[in-house]
Amino acid sequence: MASAPANSAATTRPVAPTVRRLAPLVIFILLALLPLGSMLGLPGHWLTLVTRAMIFAIAALSLDLVLGIGGLISFGHAAFVGIGAYGAGILITEGQTELLVALPVILLACAVFATVTGYVSLRTRGVAFIMITLAFGQMAFYFAQALSAYGGDDGLTLYEKSTLLGHEIFGNRTGFYYIALGTLAFCYGLARRLVASRFGRVLRAARENAVRVTITGYDVNHVRLGAYVISGMMAGLAGFLLANQTDFVSPAYMSWPRSGELIFMVVLGGVGSLYGAILGALAFLVTEDVLSSLTHNWKIIFGPLIVLFVLFTHGGIAGLVAKLRGRRDG
Amino acid sequence: MAEPALALKGLAKSFGALKVTNGVDLSIAPGELHALIGPNGAGKTTLVHQISGTLKPDAGAILFGGQDITRLSPQARARAGLARTFQITSTIPSLSALENVALGVQAHSAHPLSLFRDAASDEALNTPAWEALEAVGLAERAHAPAGSLSHGEKRALEIAMALTLQPKLILLDEPLAGVGHEEGERLIGLLNSLKGRFAMLLVEHDMSAVFALADRVTVLVYGGVIASGAPAAVRADPAVRQAYLGEEG
Repeated sequence: MASAPANSAATTRPVAPTVRRLAPLVIFILLALLPLGSMLGLPGHWLTLVTRAMIFAIAALSLDLVLGIGGLISFGHAAFVGIGAYGAGILITEGQTELLVALPVILLACAVFATVTGYVSLRTRGVAFIMITLAFGQMAFYFAQALSAYGGDDGLTLYEKSTLLGHEIFGNRTGFYYIALGTLAFCYGLARRLVASRFGRVLRAARENAVRVTITGYDVNHVRLGAYVISGMMAGLAGFLLANQTDFVSPAYMSWPRSGELIFMVVLGGVGSLYGAILGALAFLVTEDVLSSLTHNWKIIFGPLIVLFVLFTHGGIAGLVAKLRGRRDG
Repeated sequence: MAEPALALKGLAKSFGALKVTNGVDLSIAPGELHALIGPNGAGKTTLVHQISGTLKPDAGAILFGGQDITRLSPQARARAGLARTFQITSTIPSLSALENVALGVQAHSAHPLSLFRDAASDEALNTPAWEALEAVGLAERAHAPAGSLSHGEKRALEIAMALTLQPKLILLDEPLAGVGHEEGERLIGLLNSLKGRFAMLLVEHDMSAVFALADRVTVLVYGGVIASGAPAAVRADPAVRQAYLGEEG
């Protein structure tokens, strides 16, 4: 207990230690500079790869919001990516390419799906929560498979991309790269703000001690559902971009291995640090790409590599960065 | 007399054949520090759980400031001004002491869950939080993560957190358990300084603390009340001496 008596303490209010977040800044600067590299001879393939990685980073970031910050292991997050992708795909197929129509529809669809499935899933916790979110994810997967009007099992090829007020903003590879980067930066900033807000404080507190938070007067499930809905919408945004990048939508986007990969990216990058999810997605996709270009049996190397990395670096890449900087806080 | 801060009427709870709460009647006046004592297994903690709402009684009623709260959820009770501390200290380990307290302030603010404004620099939350920390003598440790505080500091932090709920009653579940002598003395002084601001129900094993602090004492044995009244009267009660105090000399 503090040694000063209660009445004289009024004058001594220590100042909070400042937190510097250099790592995310460095990541975004490097990402912004990468297209310059392609002018200097970096194969154009890299731009496509990193664009794709940034899209998955948005999905991983959204997952970290519920998994890392909220402590809820959602094993069905790919469903939201799929809803976003199918939303874009179906609208484009129906001749509606306008982004200002597609985005509200997609975000609303994700919010509704998240509210309904989250409401049910949050009745449970621990392993049951993992299984229920997995089950909902698979439901979305089978639903997409049954959508015979939109490709069914074979998926849906898109012959156009979304447009903004009629302009083909996704046509140029470098342009697309910066749109993905901008969306990622926006989502990261949004997530950072949410975590630091009153809402985020309650969410973080509930992860560590839900009983205490309840007894303080909060409805923990209400807060968690809010995070789940926001996260689902963010993942839907990633799905929208993915459909526009690949010109293709498939039920596989929603399959449970995809949800598992998203969890993997978060764990690889460092759970709960937000920027770790970005690093995890980048590392995952780049390693996958490099290894698969070396050998056909790349998964035999990729699997053990990731297991070893997670085993020996507590806190993933973000944990490693923090350790190198000699601080605990990311 | 004013409406009691808390009144229990014929409260009963059984776990199978075991009656852990057996027709308990209890009344605590506003501002009163009421101690609940009894041997291990007397059902003290079960009773606290029913009052705070984490356990549902089988029968009977709980009146809080005259209002029947028997069916209210724990969070609704907390919002009504019923705060508690836990037998095992319950804080948010990774949040700083100040943030732990601010979490309580926030719960009673107009926008407990606002989404975008930075909470850590929010003076509307921090000012009352600092005051509560200062009231319990923890200001110097404000920025330390709650998990790094000593046991006695965590107890004090819990009390600070309870203070921010603008409580009418605080349930103190063994606040001195596991606290060293010196810190215990300081906590007793702290509770004494808070006496009268709100009612307190103190569940405690430490008899010297109970008799130093309590306005009235209730003795619980096998789920039932065997004596209730002023400390001196309770101490002299033959049934109490037989059932409880006798064991400890």
